[in-house]
Amino acid sequence: MFAAFFYLLRSRGLEISLNEWITLLEGMEKGLHRSTLTGFYHLCRAVVVKSEAEYDRFDQVFLEFFQGVPWKGDLPDELLDWLNHPAENLRADIEALRGRGFPDETLEELLKLLEKRLQEQTEEHNGGSYWVGTQGRSAFGNSGWHPGGIRIGGQSRSRTAVTVAEERKFRDFRKDNTLDIRQFQTAFRMLRQLSVQADGTEKVLDLEGTVQDTCGNAGTLQVRYKNPRKNTVKVLLLMDSGGSMEYYAGLCSMLFQAATKSNHFKELHTYYFHNCIYDQLHETPRLLDEGVPTEWLFRNYDASYKVIIVGDAAMSPYELRGRHYNWRQGDYGPSGLEWLERLRKQYPYLIWLNPEPMPARLDFWSQTHYQLGELFHMYALSAEGLERGMRRLMVRR
Amino acid sequence: MAFTGTKQYVASDDLMNTVNIAVTLQKPLLVKGEPGTGKTMLAQAVAEALGKQLIIWNVKSTTKAQDGLYVYDVVQRLYDSQFGNHGVDEIARYIKLGKLGEAFRSEEQVVLLIDEIDKADLEFPNDLLWELDQMEFYIPETQETVRARQRPIVIITSNAEKELPDAFLRRCVFHYIEFPDQAQMEQIIHVHFGDLEERLIRQALAAFYWLRQLPDIEKKPSTSELVDWLRALAAGGVDPDRIVREIPFAGVLLKKDKDLRTLAQSGR
Repeated sequence: MFAAFFYLLRSRGLEISLNEWITLLEGMEKGLHRSTLTGFYHLCRAVVVKSEAEYDRFDQVFLEFFQGVPWKGDLPDELLDWLNHPAENLRADIEALRGRGFPDETLEELLKLLEKRLQEQTEEHNGGSYWVGTQGRSAFGNSGWHPGGIRIGGQSRSRTAVTVAEERKFRDFRKDNTLDIRQFQTAFRMLRQLSVQADGTEKVLDLEGTVQDTCGNAGTLQVRYKNPRKNTVKVLLLMDSGGSMEYYAGLCSMLFQAATKSNHFKELHTYYFHNCIYDQLHETPRLLDEGVPTEWLFRNYDASYKVIIVGDAAMSPYELRGRHYNWRQGDYGPSGLEWLERLRKQYPYLIWLNPEPMPARLDFWSQTHYQLGELFHMYALSAEGLERGMRRLMVRR
Repeated sequence: MAFTGTKQYVASDDLMNTVNIAVTLQKPLLVKGEPGTGKTMLAQAVAEALGKQLIIWNVKSTTKAQDGLYVYDVVQRLYDSQFGNHGVDEIARYIKLGKLGEAFRSEEQVVLLIDEIDKADLEFPNDLLWELDQMEFYIPETQETVRARQRPIVIITSNAEKELPDAFLRRCVFHYIEFPDQAQMEQIIHVHFGDLEERLIRQALAAFYWLRQLPDIEKKPSTSELVDWLRALAAGGVDPDRIVREIPFAGVLLKKDKDLRTLAQSGR
């Protein structure tokens, strides 16, 4: 049952590590949940959730998982049964996991192992799973709920964990709301790669090292130099402008300002396009200037640039797939999709920020949104989305 | 040995629970919350309630992890050597333990407050991972390992100015101090003012929460500002009825010009 809760939390986007889960089990072994569900709620939240922005999500998952459990009166037989016969020795489990050292790299592997053990157990203990709803799978070390010692109903305090969770008072802290410029800036700050400039001709005085060495040298001056550390991140910002993007003009200008104000990038170049990228990009959002050929972009900015495309990806399907008519040359060039694919091939660090949430139902205008979402790493233009995007930009995958 | 708040510090059930969880699991407790909700006070209260010594490490933007462990005062040693002071050979004399080192060296268990950890550089929390996990560090100059005699209770506060690294977060127990609701606030007020007129407190609280819910207020007044304000009201002998009509000494509650203008326009 607990493992099922663990997986549910993970599948709902709370990034819980095995480490934290073991801490939770240890806490339960020490009786910190005080054998009540409210106690368990507090313990679990304290150990597993690491930001007030995640409180709301946690509340929701907690609700989803525990809502079906009856609070007052008798516990269902299955639950009592399960509590009286803990499936495994919790201590042994923790020791076994400890023994493996569980570094982060092998986390997935360990999870698989756990899952396997889970499956074996489902066969042995097949009771007590219906009441936790569809996600329920009763298994894996859980004797922390003292056999028979649980008091779900009849608590001394009037508020049960579920009513606490139901209040959802941390909703406002959620990070997936679109928010202000400061949050954008904070997110951009993540985008840095301080590196020692090996090729730098100008070295700077290492003051601290000089003092240390001089003193170690019994006072004879020993000057030390070091290579300066600089942010090496170069950014290429491509923004959709006009049309359906007008709705998001405020948001986009905020993003743009945040990007330009974050003056720690080594380089930042901004270009504009309308709906889709073709052979021409513009230097102003009005798109009235001469523009630069996309080819030129490919030639001048190499793969080390981190590319952020901002757009709602909403266009008519033929704008994306149809061959693009070049007015200047009077013939047909590659389609938008081909251009975008070239872009993706050239830049391994590339994300797409979309101010519009992925539509739940597919309609005419969202076909392209969906298709491009498959092709690119697409994130919502919210503080959380931007943060996740920045993280993606830092690693090559 | 459970923490249940102190006479001076009113803690919510949630918070008390979390403190006890962190103490029992021997994990650092990370506390976040609006400014003025008593994050720093918490450590003092915990130390007092459990009868332990409190060691405070105030983190600033220039603080490095190393400062908390030890500093080798090589300059002093050079000076001393030039004047022929004896004891120069003894490097240990020039090793000064930082706050973390002090907490480790202590014979008794102490409460260690690492205040405003987010002020420091992004790497700062990561640099402390090993030390906080294993509760020990090594001094190469003297080839000595400083190991905690008693695992200190570590309380860390953050104002969320910077994201803390995941690896660090994973090792902590986390609690977000919510802004106290009106009932809890009354309790807090009574702790600070034993003998204030009941009607004044009620009117002041009503005005205070009304002010906080105004949408255009940029810097919402906090508990500590409310306490100051009540002190001003009491000292000025303000009639409670006057608070219903206007907000006297609004400058104590609101610190920004813009907020004061907002208040003036809101018609109270």
